[in-house]
Amino acid sequence: MTRYTFRQAIAMESRKARSLPAISWTLIIGMVATAAFGVLAAYNTRNPGGDPTSNMLAGILVGQLITGVVGALAITGEFDSGMAAVTFTAIPRRSVVLAAKALVWGAVFLVAGEVTVLVTFLGGTAVLRASVPHPSLASPDVLRAVLMTGAYLALTGLIGLGTGALIRRGAAAVATVAGGLFVLPLVIGVADRSLGRLLPELIAGNSLAAVKPVAGFAWSPWLELAIVAVYPAVLLLAGGWQLQRRDA
Amino acid sequence: MISDTALTVRGLTKRYGGVAAVDGLSFDVRPGMVTGFLGPNGSGKSTTMRLILGLARPDAGTALIGGLPYRSLRWPLRTVGSVVEARTFQRGRSGRAHLLALAAASDLPAQRVDEVLDDVGLTGAARRKAGGYSLGMAQRLSLAAALLGDPALLILDEPLNGLDPAGVHWMRSLLRSQAAQGRTVLVSSHLISEMALTADRLIVISHGRLLADTTAADLAGRAGGSLENAFLDLTEGSPA
Repeated sequence: MTRYTFRQAIAMESRKARSLPAISWTLIIGMVATAAFGVLAAYNTRNPGGDPTSNMLAGILVGQLITGVVGALAITGEFDSGMAAVTFTAIPRRSVVLAAKALVWGAVFLVAGEVTVLVTFLGGTAVLRASVPHPSLASPDVLRAVLMTGAYLALTGLIGLGTGALIRRGAAAVATVAGGLFVLPLVIGVADRSLGRLLPELIAGNSLAAVKPVAGFAWSPWLELAIVAVYPAVLLLAGGWQLQRRDA
Repeated sequence: MISDTALTVRGLTKRYGGVAAVDGLSFDVRPGMVTGFLGPNGSGKSTTMRLILGLARPDAGTALIGGLPYRSLRWPLRTVGSVVEARTFQRGRSGRAHLLALAAASDLPAQRVDEVLDDVGLTGAARRKAGGYSLGMAQRLSLAAALLGDPALLILDEPLNGLDPAGVHWMRSLLRSQAAQGRTVLVSSHLISEMALTADRLIVISHGRLLADTTAADLAGRAGGSLENAFLDLTEGSPA
């Protein structure tokens, strides 16, 4: 090997990702809380004509904030600590560093997200009341809803990473991620419902996690998932460009 | 032209809000000796080092390492070892894990990490969280990262700051032995007395401009043998 490539950047970022216990525990505890929230929602489901799958996946209201915040901290922790300058002296092409971070953390979030929704579903169906329908993963729509919701948690993690690359300071990036994911849909969803199908959180609740179609979300869940994916893509491209351009 | 010069700085300029922090700076740093980079606080030493390392972009001029800008180096940590920030690591990660990540970026084996940990005397604390390190241990970890790739060029910003007398002695012998092995060593300081004992050559700047590029002996000779007076004459007489 005559020079460093993406492979070395991946190796560096996966070493880093594995060696901060506080971040790992934040993610693990957050995912446990997400699943617990979902199982509780399943237990409280009483409407025989409702959508129990969608109900129990409501834990992602918590989960999206956890992966979003961990994603932001995965990069702002380096700027806040002075480590960023060391990283960029090791791999001076900063967009390569960000791409490696996105790949490593994207994989971590995808595994964490899918494990969380599968555990939620198994636990949730186990506590469902006899009076409501019991969904099964053998049903393609149910399987699709569960897996897409896990993927949603990976995408919100990458939204956090892209936001962190742009904002650099941990506290400001975390506030922005929480506000953008959680507060903005409340405000915009109330003001203009038709915009709701463009906002990640509302897409997740009304389309990705839904087995029964919800009024106002007539688009295919695949299209809605692609719309959610535009957010991290744009933020990461902008973040990579900013990293390259601004002084470290 | 660059064959005998490890680091070549030409016309380097960096402005912040219209004020030049580094102003048309040119100098060479040669292998086999310790070069002291001297100037009062705020004279542009740190900015110059950050420009050399590609951490900041110059408004004009170049800094070339063996003929290449830092961002074009094939294996940066195997070419240049540097410490330019007061803090260089995340508190929650162990010193060893920090170095393993940098080793992975440079395709260096874990064995090399243990070697540098031993060289800087951190082996015993290597698996502890770096956030619990004392100031001296933190500086040793930063230095271990700089030495990791066995680089031919070392760039260290104020490496003697905050060290106790034993630490200063240790750092000074390390710098001298690195230079004696034929490496290029650039060390900044605002303390002339330290540089008088450590450096063979001195590059003196003030307000981002070059004031002197000479040997320590020559500089002292200009002010009747007192390096300190020579330094003060140079920096106080410089245009504001």
